Amino acid sequence: MQQEVRNRKRKDLIFALAGLFSLVFAICTLLVLVLDLWTTGFGRIDYNFLTSFPSRFPAKAGILSAWVGSLCVMLVTAFVAIPIGIAAGVYLEEYAPKNWLTTIIELNITNLAGIPSITFGLMALGLFVYKLQLGQSILTAGLTLALLILPIIIVTTRESIRAIPGTIREAAYAMGASKWQMIQHHLLPYSAGGIITGVIISLSRAIGETAPLITIGALTFIAFLPTSPILHEAPFISFQWLKDSFTVLPIQMFNWVSRPQAEFHVNAAATGLILLLLTLVMNGIAIAIRYRFRKKIKW
Amino acid sequence: MVEVNPNLQLRAEVKNLSFSYSTEKKVLNSVSMPIYDTKVTALIGPSGCGKTTLLRCFNRMHDLYKVKEYQGEITLYPEQMNILSKDIDPIEVRMRIGMVFQKPNPFPKTIFENVVYGLRVRGVKKTSFIQERCEKALQQAGLWDEVKDRLNSSAQMLSGGQQQRLCIARALATEPEVLLLDEPTSALDPISTAHVEELIIELKKDVTIVIVTHNLHQAARVSDYTAFMYLGDLIEYGPTTKIFTNPADKRTESYITGRFG
Amino acid sequence: MANTAKKTSKLSTFTSANHPVRRMRRFREMMIELVLFLAAASSVLVTVGIVWILVSESLPFFQTVSLVEFLTETQWTPLFAEPKYGILPLVCGTLLTTFVALLVAIPLGTISATFLSEYTNSTVREIVKPVLELLAAVPTVVYGYFALIFVTPLLQKIIPDLSGFNVLSAGLVIGIMIIPYISSLAEDAMRSVPGYLREGSFAMGASRFQTSFRVVIPAAFSGITSAYILGISRAIGETMVVAIAAGMQPNFTLNPLQPAETITAYIVQVSMGDLPHGSIGYQSIYVAGLTLLVMTLMFNVIGYYLKKKYRESY
Repeated sequence: MQQEVRNRKRKDLIFALAGLFSLVFAICTLLVLVLDLWTTGFGRIDYNFLTSFPSRFPAKAGILSAWVGSLCVMLVTAFVAIPIGIAAGVYLEEYAPKNWLTTIIELNITNLAGIPSITFGLMALGLFVYKLQLGQSILTAGLTLALLILPIIIVTTRESIRAIPGTIREAAYAMGASKWQMIQHHLLPYSAGGIITGVIISLSRAIGETAPLITIGALTFIAFLPTSPILHEAPFISFQWLKDSFTVLPIQMFNWVSRPQAEFHVNAAATGLILLLLTLVMNGIAIAIRYRFRKKIKW
Repeated sequence: MVEVNPNLQLRAEVKNLSFSYSTEKKVLNSVSMPIYDTKVTALIGPSGCGKTTLLRCFNRMHDLYKVKEYQGEITLYPEQMNILSKDIDPIEVRMRIGMVFQKPNPFPKTIFENVVYGLRVRGVKKTSFIQERCEKALQQAGLWDEVKDRLNSSAQMLSGGQQQRLCIARALATEPEVLLLDEPTSALDPISTAHVEELIIELKKDVTIVIVTHNLHQAARVSDYTAFMYLGDLIEYGPTTKIFTNPADKRTESYITGRFG
Repeated sequence: MANTAKKTSKLSTFTSANHPVRRMRRFREMMIELVLFLAAASSVLVTVGIVWILVSESLPFFQTVSLVEFLTETQWTPLFAEPKYGILPLVCGTLLTTFVALLVAIPLGTISATFLSEYTNSTVREIVKPVLELLAAVPTVVYGYFALIFVTPLLQKIIPDLSGFNVLSAGLVIGIMIIPYISSLAEDAMRSVPGYLREGSFAMGASRFQTSFRVVIPAAFSGITSAYILGISRAIGETMVVAIAAGMQPNFTLNPLQPAETITAYIVQVSMGDLPHGSIGYQSIYVAGLTLLVMTLMFNVIGYYLKKKYRESY
């Protein structure tokens, strides 16, 4: 009996150690990854690196067109995905009747989240680039990534809205609010923390996405910037930049890492470090927002 | 059939009201009763008797969910309109009939925004009017002195009893003609409960109150008229004193003497 | 007839169904609902778009290449002078990488999930989970760099004849990448197992370990399956790590020490070149994409049936 108890205690301990090991291993990998990029790439990041175009000479090359491209593509993505995602989430959570159409929409969103991102790129190449003639442009790239992150935004919107208790809805209706007033005055503000968190996380995913953009034929050597959106004469605003070709940070990095010369790998590490820090910071902000909102509103 | 007392003013009248959530079983079975103006009417009965369902007919809360078939009428005076009619917009019903729920459910907004929410929904823009109404409602709810210095702090900072009085103030700010209270003290401690009960007695000067309660003592203390319901039927309706001292029906008697429920 | 109340509220009176205020309100609410519905329906259009484009762009391919050749030929050389169109090497590369990745991710992910769910308190969980999830936030191209520049040289110290591009290091890195997908979902599933099941087990004198493996994991099996399926989908669809670190040579092999090409890597390889719209090379990436989609779908269907079969109700 004593022996048996001791045996079980030992098993418990061994498993706890295995668990600890798994976690430490995973987290250490992340640390090693950051450190490796840091030691290789940090020294390469300077003003010139941020303000130069890519070049055949590793020491002269920079990421100006890449980060501007990333920014422009993200603008389009956010502009398309955020409103559609939130609207779809609100519809499915608050309006959708229980019928076959709703079931299809819901099943579809679950499945969309599991579809490999590169298939979105293939779809965009066939549809946006060739059928709709949008070209291998910032617009096409932004739309592609928007479709890719749409399910994330929809799902987080739904989860955040679902967390609001029914009593709050009833309280609003009892005061004479219409459905949309109830949503606008209550559900959206109270779920804002969760929704913003989801939006940031989805954008951080989009900013690192490479495969679908390569598929639509994003050029990797871009030594120019998109057209300026501000004109000096009327109408002062131009959307020409949407039709420009582009490159983005991850594609630039891929380009450099695929070259045999080690000097280019340093550039890749520097780009990777920037990309990594960007996504980590975005995720950090998202976690902080989620935490603060959870403290602020308690049901 | 319940006799209507001709010496009192009617605020509403329930006529042969039946209601069911699904097609199988009726939760309310042809209920008829008057609701007198500026009186407190208590709905009592064991769990599942349909008293909350009846209360939620008054402001058409059932319209929010699937399967809602009201049979019969609730007539609101003085217009003598059937508020259950399909032609009547439930939103307009709710604008005239306020409701306070079992658990305090203030919005996670400021105290001020909670109280004036009904005015905002009605599109009232005038700041002075809104502030005036806010103060009046909070005073009616006996909360003004406690919160007047922190109208802009979150309503969630208040205690449970204060939150419930805030919900009452929120319902009062639009000057409803009828106030529905759904077990308003069931989530409160005894002191807060006493507070709310005093408040109800104070309020009936201005507003007609229908209250659902599990607490028979509370019904006896605050109400003028009591309706005893059992399994969807209205068993007995009458002045509270009569129901509690000399009930006509055996079931009412066993319920108020605590033999079941 | 009884007296009736005189006072009415000044703020609202009843209006008829055709009253302009009500018509306006009804119209507004309807328009809003319509807009929201269109947004929700647009997600279906995305799926329809994906399937439609993949199928319609693949169809011409099968006018040149027979389905039998596509499925049985063991070489994939569409860009050679004498092209061969056998999808097997690409499927093989994909499955091999996925297998290596799962070898890492399933044990580590499951153990982490069990440990977090059954052995730690909520404070630890609240801190560790978001950190773990950062692993999934790292851009895949960064993982590719890591596999090629860091992991492969490291592995070469242990396995000297490991080639510079190989499946092993790509698979290992993908495995680490998908740990959080598995651990997070599996942990959620285990946490939702009701406490009374655990208490019942503890009351019988079971240890934590026994409770975890004999009660909690079986009860959460359905959710854990979903976690694995998501992990598999991610691994199959992963592109950049394999494109960078596994080499881009179709290789009909099960040896992870050699270079290979996955379906996704092939699509990247072709996309980087400049293939004219409508050429057989262009069509071939759609066929590859369709194959990828079918494979993902197959795993999801298997997962769905497993979930259904082993669903425990509590």
